[in-house]
Amino acid sequence: MHPFAYVAPSTVAEAVAELSKHGDRARPLAGGTDLLVKARANVWELDAVVDIKNIPELMTLTINGSGLSIGAGVPCYQVYDNSEIAAQYPGIVDGASIIGGIQIQSRAGLGGNLCNAAPSGDGIPSLIALSAVAKIASVNGTREVAIENFCTGPSRTVLKAGELLVSIEVPKPAANSGAAYTRFIPRNEMDIAVAGVGVFVQLDASGKNFESARIALASVGPTLILASAAGDSLAGKPVNDETIAAASALARDAATPITDMRGTIEQRKQLVEVLTGRMINKAVERARG
Amino acid sequence: MVATFEPKTDYKVVGTRPIRHDGYDKVTGRAIYGADVKLPGLIWAVCVRSPHAHANIKSIDTSAAEAHEGVFAVITGADMPKAESKLVDLGEGNINFKWASNKLMADKKVLYRGHPVAAIAAIDRYTAEEAARKVVVEYEVLPSVTNVVDALKDDAPIILPDMVGDDLGEDVTNTNMAAHVRHEFGDVAGAMASAAHTVEREYNMQMVHQGYIEPQNATATWDEEDRIKIWTSTQGAFPARTQIAGILQVDVSRVKVTPTEIGGGFGGKIPVYFEPLAAILSKKSQRPVKMVMERTAVFETTGPTPGARMIVKLGADANGKLTAATADIWFEAGANPGAFIGPAAMCIYAPYEIPNTRIDGWDVLVNKPKVAPYRAPGSPQVAFAMESAVNELCENAGWDPLNFRIDNASKEGTRRGDGVLFSKIGMQEVLEATKESAHWNAPIGDAPEGKVRGRGIASGYWFNIGLKSSANLAVNSDGTVQLTEGSTDIGGSRTSMAMHVAEVLGIGAHDVRPTVGDTESIGYTDVTGGSRTTYATGYACWIAANNLVDVLKERVAVLWDINKDDVEFNDGSFSSKAEAQKTIGFKELAGKLDDLGGPANSTGSVDLESAGDGFGMHIADIEIDLATGKSDIIRYTAVQDVGTAIHPAYVEGQLQGGSAQGIGWALNEEYYMQDDGKMANSSFLDYRMPTTLDLPLIETVLVEVPNPLHPYGVRGVGETPICPPIPAIANAINDAIGKRLYNTPMNAGSILKALK
Repeated sequence: MHPFAYVAPSTVAEAVAELSKHGDRARPLAGGTDLLVKARANVWELDAVVDIKNIPELMTLTINGSGLSIGAGVPCYQVYDNSEIAAQYPGIVDGASIIGGIQIQSRAGLGGNLCNAAPSGDGIPSLIALSAVAKIASVNGTREVAIENFCTGPSRTVLKAGELLVSIEVPKPAANSGAAYTRFIPRNEMDIAVAGVGVFVQLDASGKNFESARIALASVGPTLILASAAGDSLAGKPVNDETIAAASALARDAATPITDMRGTIEQRKQLVEVLTGRMINKAVERARG
Repeated sequence: MVATFEPKTDYKVVGTRPIRHDGYDKVTGRAIYGADVKLPGLIWAVCVRSPHAHANIKSIDTSAAEAHEGVFAVITGADMPKAESKLVDLGEGNINFKWASNKLMADKKVLYRGHPVAAIAAIDRYTAEEAARKVVVEYEVLPSVTNVVDALKDDAPIILPDMVGDDLGEDVTNTNMAAHVRHEFGDVAGAMASAAHTVEREYNMQMVHQGYIEPQNATATWDEEDRIKIWTSTQGAFPARTQIAGILQVDVSRVKVTPTEIGGGFGGKIPVYFEPLAAILSKKSQRPVKMVMERTAVFETTGPTPGARMIVKLGADANGKLTAATADIWFEAGANPGAFIGPAAMCIYAPYEIPNTRIDGWDVLVNKPKVAPYRAPGSPQVAFAMESAVNELCENAGWDPLNFRIDNASKEGTRRGDGVLFSKIGMQEVLEATKESAHWNAPIGDAPEGKVRGRGIASGYWFNIGLKSSANLAVNSDGTVQLTEGSTDIGGSRTSMAMHVAEVLGIGAHDVRPTVGDTESIGYTDVTGGSRTTYATGYACWIAANNLVDVLKERVAVLWDINKDDVEFNDGSFSSKAEAQKTIGFKELAGKLDDLGGPANSTGSVDLESAGDGFGMHIADIEIDLATGKSDIIRYTAVQDVGTAIHPAYVEGQLQGGSAQGIGWALNEEYYMQDDGKMANSSFLDYRMPTTLDLPLIETVLVEVPNPLHPYGVRGVGETPICPPIPAIANAINDAIGKRLYNTPMNAGSILKALK
């Protein structure tokens, strides 16, 4: 492991100033469950690590009439232990509660999961499905990026040198809507997704028809995938096996997996189709309450 | 003449479940493992490892690393003593010092990815790692082979050009075939030709790792008198000493090995890895040197068990009697010879009586880590092939697979595949117990919608070994007894040893204080392996305890001023034959020893040729999601002839642990190799061993057929239980989905593919 400086600023301004000093040889430290592993394995050779956990803004969870704001350093357990989030955003809880084990969840958060940009990030598909936005700060000010555009490849994001993720902003879900996420893993826990699917559906007042839907896929491409055609195919359609099967097949088409030690192309495409069907049904069930 | 013993039942300590003597230290974190060893002036060392699976080393430049601040010593292959080509028996497999040395540090050529090419000792671990990155190695990359088929092709790259292979006794050169052995009995061709039913199939298995939680480690000092002290996590301090001395080319008495507590081994901690390197670095730096392996290196460079290609053919008559069997097996040795084809031949047909058999085995070099023993090395592989073929034969002919096994079970007088005749064995009792078990008689139940269920059975066998063990006893004045024994304790053995002593002396298990000795405090003891420890070291403890009784009788004779022959000992109490009312208990006597001649000590040792065979049957219930291929083991039972269970909880633990490892091997574990010879999944994230959430409570049925070769009837139990799970699961999958899988791992992807 290359020796690095550790700094722990207490404001966003100090943090971005510190990050911008070192260019791409500095990284923000939240839970550290990815960063420290990569630093020790010399995947990242860092001169500075900027601990964000002393910055109140990045450690805050806010839920109100306009939506949910998740500070970039908030650990997973605070998300899934929050009863309001569990009631209004069960899709996010589905993801946050299966990242690693209990010890990891007490340190790691959705912000880090997003910035680590693994195609298998379990926290990310529900954020995409729920149309969440990343709030980013730098010495030049702030900007916002839709979560589906945030990750650009394995371990790559839109963040430029000196930029810091501040929070994830999730809009308040409309009435008669529901979301759900699941993944396929060979074991029962403590594993990495072979394929993952997050679904958001909005039904009409009768609960019998889709008004809109968004479907996001994990582990089946170089980055997370918003399967737009699959989600759009449901708009205005009745909730039935036929429409759900059609959307599932479109999600399968949207997947661009590779064959590796976690699974084959054919297996992953089939899993996307199966899991999409299962998650649409679960999201519908939740939307109907 | 081998001593035999009549079965007993009136035990006081044997068969009870005392808590383990090392329990509190282990659950509170006080126990000292290899990585916990700290010495004054200790420095750290790391290896520079090859990124290539097969390459010539054109040059190594260590000058920048040596100049790095904080570096004490750098070594390369040039610093390794030239070890002689000599085969030494380590109890569970042989070692040739020349290959063993070359495995630890490459000479002119790297033979597997991760092969060390240099090692660096520095003031701390991170300094050593930084310096390691400054070693410049120029490689000429060679084509690599990672499976037995490619390795035996005419144009295959030759991994060890100076190796002479043994092809049925003929020397062969310029080959990757280290050995080809054959065992053949009866008229195999004739019997196969006249068989009413036959089945012939090919099976392939990937390498798998033991997966012990504690990585390899070593701490070494090499002092001015050329005395070498090693602290290490090992399955045998004495076999480790043999290897270290052989590789360093010094006399064994120059080397003292102190075994630490051990965080799992399963055979993988019989070979040494870091010990000689740390010693050479200590000699060069004149400091104590410590090395602890990273998990990636554990996977890439330490003992997996062989991957295998196997073709098995069975023949049976119209009445369901096996008449003939043939097997051709090719095992991956890794980059040095020694792939356990011998044990495979001993095990493959052992559960059956088959009059005409042949097995041909090939030990094949590939550019992968040299294999190490892993729990019944060679047997789970051939069990997968044999037990799958047996079930397929039964399915084709419409025979019940359990009754077929009962009809064909091996028994006293059956000839094993390698020619050995069985003495008293318990295969039939195991089959009867299986048939009567709660699991076998319970319906499997209905699967939820979208899922299907299936049940599979399979048998398994390990021959178990005896070999050499030593134990010393000393009586304390408070009536307790110090026990020093030579077997490093992986699975609770020190408590089982203490129970042997306590049973003889008529005291409690916790009145005996067991310690695992180092190589200068106890006599020679072979590895904790081969399922020999409770059998052989327990036997030595029993002898030592009886010798101690003899010593104490002399002291009682002094006390009462009678003849020693007139002193009797029963249930922890000495009495006079002449005056029955004259008695003294063990504890009371212990307090009087100072006036009766001082310390009372004894010793015991054994060198046992035979051990007593271990047979098991497993029943596996599986549930499969038809849409995803995901499987869950929903019920699992291990039935085994365990001889006498000294500590039944440990015996059950062995059955459960072996089953768990076998289930992992069956379903998900594999060395997933890239074309360039790199293992793609060298972490616990992607090398998927089962967690507690992936396993049901594994039920056990202990069939106790006392082993006449041991005073209490002990039979080795640790290895047999990893043999049946793989075929039991293959048979269960076939029962569930009507498709048979012939390759491991039988993961969700394979099941999904079979369902297409």
